[in-house]
Amino acid sequence: MITAGIDVGNKYAKVVLLDGDRVLARQSRPTGFEQKEAASSALVAALAEAGISREQVAGVVATGAGKSEVVFADDHITEVGADARGALFLVPAARTVVDVGAEEGRAIRLDGNGRVVDFAMNEKCAAGAGSFTESMARALEVDLIEMGPLSLKSTRLVPMNAQCAVFAESEVVSLIHARTSKEDIARAVNDAMASRIVSMTRRVGVEKEVVLIGGVAHNVGFVKGLEEGLELKVVIPEGPEYVTALGAACAAREKAGNGGKDNG
Amino acid sequence: MLANYGYQDGSGDFFITINTDRCGECQAKGCAAACPAGVLEIMEDDYGDVVASVREEHRKKIKYSCASCKPGHRGIHPEGGSEAGPPSLPCQTACAAGAIRHSW
Amino acid sequence: MAEAEQKKEFWRWKEYNWHNPDLDWRVGKIVSGGVDVGSVSSQAVVMVDGELYAFASMRTGSDSPSSAENAFNWAVEDTGMTLGDIHYIVGTGYGRVNVPFAHKAITEIACHARGANFIYGPGVRTVLDMGGQDCKAIHCDEKGKVTSFLMNDKCAAGTGRGMEVFADLLGVSIEDVGELSLQVDEEPEPVSSTCVVFAKTEATGLLRAGWSRERVLAAYCSAMAHRVVTLLERIGVEPEFAITGGIAKNVGVVRRIEKELGITAAQTSYDSQIAGALGAALFGRALAQKGK
Repeated sequence: MITAGIDVGNKYAKVVLLDGDRVLARQSRPTGFEQKEAASSALVAALAEAGISREQVAGVVATGAGKSEVVFADDHITEVGADARGALFLVPAARTVVDVGAEEGRAIRLDGNGRVVDFAMNEKCAAGAGSFTESMARALEVDLIEMGPLSLKSTRLVPMNAQCAVFAESEVVSLIHARTSKEDIARAVNDAMASRIVSMTRRVGVEKEVVLIGGVAHNVGFVKGLEEGLELKVVIPEGPEYVTALGAACAAREKAGNGGKDNG
Repeated sequence: MLANYGYQDGSGDFFITINTDRCGECQAKGCAAACPAGVLEIMEDDYGDVVASVREEHRKKIKYSCASCKPGHRGIHPEGGSEAGPPSLPCQTACAAGAIRHSW
Repeated sequence: MAEAEQKKEFWRWKEYNWHNPDLDWRVGKIVSGGVDVGSVSSQAVVMVDGELYAFASMRTGSDSPSSAENAFNWAVEDTGMTLGDIHYIVGTGYGRVNVPFAHKAITEIACHARGANFIYGPGVRTVLDMGGQDCKAIHCDEKGKVTSFLMNDKCAAGTGRGMEVFADLLGVSIEDVGELSLQVDEEPEPVSSTCVVFAKTEATGLLRAGWSRERVLAAYCSAMAHRVVTLLERIGVEPEFAITGGIAKNVGVVRRIEKELGITAAQTSYDSQIAGALGAALFGRALAQKGK
């Protein structure tokens, strides 16, 4: 049975097509201001990638900030529920899931049965998630994907005092004027982000395996800071930004299998 | 005086309020040592009273500094917080004068 | 890039100095000084026997200690006074630990309350200071002693910096924001995001949907006013109520705050920007009198 999960994030709309236990396709489109269109277009692209038609999809579940815009979905689930399902699908030993996206960060604690025990969120503040790194990359005049590798070349620890993306941008500009290297600044930025995510994760308690998902998982500098802060190695599945959509596809599978019952 | 340390941002209000009049009556000041994150310190304020305060370096990230003592969403009230805070915070338990309040 | 930034921050940098030509400081009993080193601007105030004698406001350079000295020297320009003539100097503000010639450092909260008490009179009880990078709510008694306070310097929302981001987005100069925001037929819904970064995205969406600049500014000023009011309500608002700091000059935010609180802010002929340094100088006088 083929199902689709759509995660309409603040920056990207992601779609995953799942056939039983096999991932058939993964596609993403920038959300921009048109959430419904981005979701549709990502779904169309995923169907093309899988070589199947819309009719072959038994169920569609949407999640993410823009989930209510996906009017063609059969159901919605919370991002916490989607994160949990997606992480467990890929890493059955997952007990702590950390999802860092463009505008929101989440930490979820699971029990041995995969049930959500507790969760904590960083929301509505750009310093709590990927937007922070994005703003700083602009201030440093480097591409976002450079922020990770650049920071690994840092030779000096430079503290970052600002806890706000707007003030941090001014701070970065001052650091640049003071001739601090971009490598050192990038590290300070990633460390600051990691420190906030570590604190958020501690609120739910840290138990291995800790699975890191969401777009920011691609930032190797952030991952380094996170692992240092949590004092353990995290598991990063392939395609971390798609795991939430995968979780929604799992939920669609459950729903279709249970004749429409939603396990939330 | 009611000294509020912390901040308000998009994700909520995070303030630790120290009632310095009550705090001034306490000699032991066990709160600073009781905090596992080293958030509190004892100092002389602008009016010459020796009272507890939140360290400068923690004031802008108090939500994160206090995180290890605060449960996740299932353990606390939703947005709006509880003025009294959870009763089992180490700083509040150690405070003989009942001078410490958390806004979340 | 440096020049563009300087131009951007110009609104907070109106530099000025003044001294009272009719007062002979040499015959004064106690000469006290206060220096407020902020992250963007620094003020210096000199008082002679509790009377305002001289003050200056200037941009804080990258070097706090010299900013303090420069501000002081400019305040007493042409008066013949030097640092050595001051009996007691108090440093305050973000850079207060960097005023090497100060006898004592006192927090900006305490100094601001004391200064507001001087500027607005002993009836002032609640002071809201909206600065370039922070927002303070202070309660004081009739002597200008702080009875409760709250400061937010973590988040750009509710600060001048946050307003600047919006002004830039809309291509409007910061001085015009207030007036423009009042040019709407009816008050729009306030911007829903508190966070300046997200509010900016939201505003971009509103502009695309056809909202005028004035309407977007109204929505943002409204959101900022509301946010500041919730901060104030954490310690309560008691008359008389005074608003100081850069945003005090933004009529769009001020009117909306007054409307939501149902209380009019007090007026003064002084520039409220010197409140911190003035309070510091008053503390200095009291400490000199006590022989500390």
